[in-house]
Amino acid sequence: MSKKDFQTTIDAEVKAVPKRIAFIKRDVSAHVKSEDSEMVMTFPHLVVRGIICFQIVTIILVIISLLFDAPLGAIANPLHTEVPAKAPWYFLGLQELLHYFPPVVAGVLIPALVIISLFVMPYFQINAKAERLWESDQKKTLFVLTFVVVFLVALFSFFHAMAISIPTLFIYCLMILPYFIKSDIKFISWMRHISLTNWIMTWFVLLAFVLTVIGVFFRGPYWRWAWPWIEGIY
Amino acid sequence: MRRLYQIIISSEFWKSIFRTRNFSTNLGRSMVIFNNLFLHILPVKTKRETLHFGATMYLGFISFSLFVILTLTGIYLMLYYHPSVPQAYWDMKDLQFAVSNGVFIRNLHRWSAHAMVAAVFLHMLRVFYAGAYKTPKQFNWGMGIMLLILTLLLSYTGYLLPWDQLAYWAVSVGANMADAAPVIGPKLKFLLLGGNNIGENTLIRFYVLHCVILPLAAAGLIGVHFWRVRKDGGVTPLFRKRSEQIPDNE
Repeated sequence: MSKKDFQTTIDAEVKAVPKRIAFIKRDVSAHVKSEDSEMVMTFPHLVVRGIICFQIVTIILVIISLLFDAPLGAIANPLHTEVPAKAPWYFLGLQELLHYFPPVVAGVLIPALVIISLFVMPYFQINAKAERLWESDQKKTLFVLTFVVVFLVALFSFFHAMAISIPTLFIYCLMILPYFIKSDIKFISWMRHISLTNWIMTWFVLLAFVLTVIGVFFRGPYWRWAWPWIEGIY
Repeated sequence: MRRLYQIIISSEFWKSIFRTRNFSTNLGRSMVIFNNLFLHILPVKTKRETLHFGATMYLGFISFSLFVILTLTGIYLMLYYHPSVPQAYWDMKDLQFAVSNGVFIRNLHRWSAHAMVAAVFLHMLRVFYAGAYKTPKQFNWGMGIMLLILTLLLSYTGYLLPWDQLAYWAVSVGANMADAAPVIGPKLKFLLLGGNNIGENTLIRFYVLHCVILPLAAAGLIGVHFWRVRKDGGVTPLFRKRSEQIPDNE
């Protein structure tokens, strides 16, 4: 059988594809893909692992707690504003957004959109078929993708949000890499397999990470830029 | 040691509590799960491919472990805490100088809270990249998002309780964000703070949210979350062991 004679996909649509046909080549052992994979008893295998996991977590945190004391500032004083007033680290990405966009957008619209899209994401079967980004009509994909990215970057640049534009362009470059490099290097062919949903999530995670790091390490009094190795971390 | 183990296992007392004596057969091992209210939430059998570290990085277990640590240390801290201004702050000082191991327990609570936010977020990423939000797990993915939000809220409400400058101004940043919401913003802020400014009312509100409402909600959702993992057919591994990998059909 030559390589191009058939194509196999994994389809989640049971009604459309009621039966799965597997072509198993001779050099591949047959026991691989199986729904009924080998089972072991939960007790002791999983229960003991869970207990060990709990113990390791406890030990690590006890060591951290013995070494580092939790911060405690002066007593709260509404008349004396802390400079800079920083939220806990996991909200500093949001606070960084607040620096670029009006409060309605950064504090309400964007968080609400993120939460809603996380909730509804599994109900849109975009990724159910594990469709790769560069599977069909590559020219059209490139065109639409470029259009969307140009629009987004223009929008972010309007608000001088470099911290968002640059990671967006970075992800865009990674996305179009498989289109321009046709070789079969392992890395490139792995990139070709990534679906659009995974790309969007990766983009979101990168943005959250970059914004949080900037908020934690690079912002000083009145939210101006502060190099941590010169001014220290606020 | 072995004899002592035998004596304990074969005692009537052991049998009356655990109802299971024999761990050497698979039936006995199943009984351990059947007969235990808490372990009952787990399936009797687990896929071997989900056990190694790369499959889940144990992030769900880690998150739950942190939740347990936080509950225990939180109860200890409640014994020494008055949600009133300015007594709350002096209680922090008492923890520091008067209470045995007060600083240690507070550190443990604080660092575990930070760790839990990180662990829950990483757990979400692991589940996402494993594709474990797809049919039939959409609902449990939603439960997970709710738990992530609850974790953030728990952490945020706990942040105010020490009543120091850090807490006060961090919470005011968040409250101003709520203020920015269209139409309901100012009302939402009033509801959250129990007034127009952060004060005694805010402290008691955050205290009740942090110690009663949010933990109960989280515990309930965690139960549903675990149960649905079992019902939906177990964990979807992220990485497989080399020997178990499904080859690409290309």
